[in-house]
Amino acid sequence: MEIKVDKTTCTGCSLCKNFCMYDAIEITGGKAIINDNCIFCGACIDACKFKSIEITGIHEKNFDFSAYSGVMIFIEQHEGTVAEVSYELLSEGRKLADALGSKLYGIMPGYELKEKISGIFNYGIDRLYIADNEIFKHNIDDIYSKILVQAINKYRPDIFLGGATSFGRTLLPKVAAIIKTGLTADCTALSIDPEKKILLQTRPTFGGNVLATIITRNARPQMATVRPHVMAKEPVQNAENRQTDNYLKYSDRIEFLEFDPLNFKTKYKLLSREKELGQSINLSDYDVIVSGGRGIGGPDNFSLIKELADSLGGVVGASRAAVDSNWISYPHQVGQTGKTVNPKVYIACGISGAIQHLAGMQTSDIIIAINRDPDAPIFKIANYGIVGDLFEIIPRLIKKIKNGKGIT
Amino acid sequence: MENIFRIIVCIKQVPGTTEIKINPETNTLVREGIETVINPFDTYAIEEGVRIKERMQQSGSEAEVTAITMGPAQSESILREAISLGADKAILLSDRAFAGADTWATALTLKNAVKKLEGWRLIILGKQTLDGDTGQVGPELAHMLNIPFIGYASSIEHISGQKITVKRLAEDRYETFEVRLPAAISVGKDINVPRVPSLRGKLKAKNETIPVLNIADLSMDEKDAGLSGSYTQVIKIFTPKHVYEVKMIEGSPDEQAEELFTKLKQLNIV
Repeated sequence: MEIKVDKTTCTGCSLCKNFCMYDAIEITGGKAIINDNCIFCGACIDACKFKSIEITGIHEKNFDFSAYSGVMIFIEQHEGTVAEVSYELLSEGRKLADALGSKLYGIMPGYELKEKISGIFNYGIDRLYIADNEIFKHNIDDIYSKILVQAINKYRPDIFLGGATSFGRTLLPKVAAIIKTGLTADCTALSIDPEKKILLQTRPTFGGNVLATIITRNARPQMATVRPHVMAKEPVQNAENRQTDNYLKYSDRIEFLEFDPLNFKTKYKLLSREKELGQSINLSDYDVIVSGGRGIGGPDNFSLIKELADSLGGVVGASRAAVDSNWISYPHQVGQTGKTVNPKVYIACGISGAIQHLAGMQTSDIIIAINRDPDAPIFKIANYGIVGDLFEIIPRLIKKIKNGKGIT
Repeated sequence: MENIFRIIVCIKQVPGTTEIKINPETNTLVREGIETVINPFDTYAIEEGVRIKERMQQSGSEAEVTAITMGPAQSESILREAISLGADKAILLSDRAFAGADTWATALTLKNAVKKLEGWRLIILGKQTLDGDTGQVGPELAHMLNIPFIGYASSIEHISGQKITVKRLAEDRYETFEVRLPAAISVGKDINVPRVPSLRGKLKAKNETIPVLNIADLSMDEKDAGLSGSYTQVIKIFTPKHVYEVKMIEGSPDEQAEELFTKLKQLNIV
């Protein structure tokens, strides 16, 4: 395997050098030279306007993947509650299956699922594989991976997707390692290459500064975890609505997986599982996030941010600077080393917009920024910007919201 | 056999992102200088490894922390940093054939390295890296070694020579698992506050000889390593197009608040 620069076409323009994240390119004698820091990420190949860079000598294996077809979604539930991302995945999976002219399947392990399944059929699923047994009561990696592997080996989907939740992000790597196939983490866009009919998996990398499109080669299924709240949840038109607590109503589209519960051994002993209460919060549960940064001046002023968040039914977020200064606790931190969020509305107050913060919130639907500094980078990605003193603007805004609520 | 509780910490060198900015006109990346750093989450993994070592030592057992990384020759610097932070030993896995590895090929390479070591009881990783952001190497490595993996650990409730009890925050719930050792865990920022390097640590870091293992040392075939051994391949890298056209809200604070209020009403937020 080798990465080569075509000396006849290279102009030494440095475009590739500027794009390289690994300090692997030097311009010497008017030509790009690639050194041993290179990790073959391919960024320079895309950056080069003269098509001068090429990777050669990759060992390619030729496999026949014709036995694999359809899109299979892992439908994640916790104690019977289906994770929202599963519906998002079914919606996306339907589109991918249509693009391939193939079928959409769901695989759902759980316990006492009966009435939990009816919503799933609003998303154009062709067949739902169910494993309903007490062994699946708690979401345990090795128990769940065994049943998923069984389903994948039996039904051979071409594509297998799960949510990039805490559970999905440890479960699916295990499944992929057992099956021996590739897995792309935390995708934000999926599509089918119209010619090759393969899955194009796009995900943010380098903290969202760069997007990478990834393919699965040499193995099937093509597996990916998908970031929650990114894909739209779209029930299909004319979906039959058979509200039911009875599997029989859907017997034409349900299949029960056969397995012997005694074969399911686990290395994990779950000692406790409790709802997180109080001090810590799950930012991704909220449609509105109001975040404070260094510009709010001190810990006490977070009460103003909280008041605005409360008046909007939202939650308080924070920049790393605010958390590192101990103004607010870590679970509130948005950004590369905190939470990645994508609410409907993100209001950044006194946050300049360091790249690591932008990485955690730039996919929000609407971004509103309030900052004193007109040159703050946050304004580059905001939909609405206010240059001004947040201590003058926010109290007025809170008052209007409260009055507004009184009137309507 | 000697009875030392050996802990392996897997770390990675990543580009420091504080230096990266987006040129708003060309929408391309601009880096001012180059800086590579130890992956931030890995510093918590090192610290936790050292804390567990200290815990074991207090209860009368011998313990030792080994830091491992896979990367180009210059990655040696983060191993020295790990030693300055309390790791006892370090190993660098470096070979051109390792380049371009996806999470699968990385996990396989680490597995082959771990298999060469003896007496290890616990593997600790950062929950994800700053550049790749996948968090997949830990669970893949654990599967290849046939040991349990617990991701996103927020505290070690209990550890003995035989078992570990780990509490983790998964979305909106805490889960506490007990598993037998050997096992692997990944940690985030909430697990500890890393110490600063000690003078003794810095001195040791400077003088320590760090062995370098190449593909032959790991008895691996070139087709199983690096880009060749990867099941996934990056086919395109591009900068996100920011389609946002920022609309500035002007006027007095009162006018600004009023217009913002109107916008929020239009968005059905109030």
